[in-house]
Amino acid sequence: MSRLKERLAAKEFVVTAEIAPPKGGDATLAIEQAKKLAELTALNVTDNQGANMRMSSLALSGLLCQAGIEPILQMTCRDRNRLALQSDLLGAAAFGIENLLLLSGDHASFGDHPEARSVFDLDSVQLLQTATGLMQGVDMAGKNLSSAPLFFAGAAVSPEAEPFDLMFLKYRKKIACGAQFFQTQAVFDPECFAGFMQAASPLQVPVLAGVLLLKNARMARFLNANIPGVKVPEALVERLDQSDNPLAEGVAIAREMVAVARACCQGVHLMTLGHEDLIPEILSI
Amino acid sequence: MIISRQKNQDELKKALTGLARVFLVGCGACATVCKSGGEEEVFRMQEWLATGGIAVTGSVVIDEACHIMRAGRDLRQHRVAVDEADGILVLACGSGIQSIAISSAKQVVGGLDSLFLGNVRRIGEYEEKCSLCGECILNETAGICPVTTCAKGLLNGPCGGMAEGHCEIDDGVDCAWHLIYEKLKKQGRSAVFDRPVAPKNWSGKQKPGRHKVER
Ligand code: SF4
Ligand code: SF4
Repeated sequence: MSRLKERLAAKEFVVTAEIAPPKGGDATLAIEQAKKLAELTALNVTDNQGANMRMSSLALSGLLCQAGIEPILQMTCRDRNRLALQSDLLGAAAFGIENLLLLSGDHASFGDHPEARSVFDLDSVQLLQTATGLMQGVDMAGKNLSSAPLFFAGAAVSPEAEPFDLMFLKYRKKIACGAQFFQTQAVFDPECFAGFMQAASPLQVPVLAGVLLLKNARMARFLNANIPGVKVPEALVERLDQSDNPLAEGVAIAREMVAVARACCQGVHLMTLGHEDLIPEILSI
Repeated sequence: MIISRQKNQDELKKALTGLARVFLVGCGACATVCKSGGEEEVFRMQEWLATGGIAVTGSVVIDEACHIMRAGRDLRQHRVAVDEADGILVLACGSGIQSIAISSAKQVVGGLDSLFLGNVRRIGEYEEKCSLCGECILNETAGICPVTTCAKGLLNGPCGGMAEGHCEIDDGVDCAWHLIYEKLKKQGRSAVFDRPVAPKNWSGKQKPGRHKVER
């Protein structure tokens, strides 16, 4: 059974991180990297993140399972139609992958294949419905499966998005369609996040706050300009700008956000982008 | 209407390789409004062809080039000029180009790229609002099409990339779902937000589309 599911059910504070599959056919290094993070509850494996073509998240997640590391398979609707998505979900079950993070996916224009035709045959809400249906033993066409897969299906949410009500309408829809946990987009504003959790808590679906390690002010500005849904407040950019040791400042900022998460939600999803060695420090109380 | 624009000259030159004499066809409908294949553009095309040493044996601007029978009739009326030509250069949308191809055995060269079904904001400014999905959801989305005006065609609300009401792919473009939300709010309706919208049924969009009005 999914360790992530167990720990969330036991109301433990859960920590996840993420790794990206390699741009190449050899996963050895990625698995090595994942092993260093094995004490975390689970590891997200990104799916052509930012619409940049890499090894499939399904393949690396399968390899992680074989290596005894628990993956959270990220799956987007950008690159596959409903047949491919469903067959990949069944394939995931065959590998023993239970945790899913079902996403719409960044637009292809952001990535390294801007000429690609985006699919979006389903959206994230419909993909959640689909996974839920498969678990009940039926596919989207209403056909019975020879065996029903067992998934722990999660979804994403952007707690700082405006207007709040519109974002929250979709949050509710995702829960209604089977989201069993959430990982949030990187959050930076403690008050805003606490406000979101106040609205979200009564719905009783565990939320892991997205905590992104800012390495310096330049990176913060780059994220603001280029990454959909990420908004680093100007005050934090200032702090990084004025620090003699921006990376240490970034760690401090991340620790503050982790503290907020400990107070109001069920875990954190860490995005440390190559600085995985700093995770213990970010988590230290 | 169908929005189209002329192919660039290099591409067109390549497509015309080996043709010394052409018959020119324009379209009196969409391509005229888009200024890509009306009387004026046909005239200018004739001048440009002359500079490249290609003779024009004759020309016609068809009322609606997409009308197969009409296109055939107009070509027959210009049979002599058409027969003299090595090929037919058509300044019409892809539909119009194919009406001509259906009506003649000659090599047909398309001079336009067809872009989308568009609304006219003002002359020279066109916006895609409907992609002819075959299963219209506008009644539930306050008259704003998410299939077309959301960059991802999402049916259940905005993606995580929406920022201050703008679309993740372009700050200058409104997020369709933000527009839908604001308008429904003003109308005091929840409409599409009431239910999870099921995946679209694309089976009605099998290509090539055909439709016959029963009388
Ligand atoms: S939903 Fe959109 S694309 Fe489909 S028919 Fe209506 S306006 Fe056109
Ligand atoms: S920002 Fe809005 S319009 Fe753009 S892709 Fe996302 S949901 Fe669609």
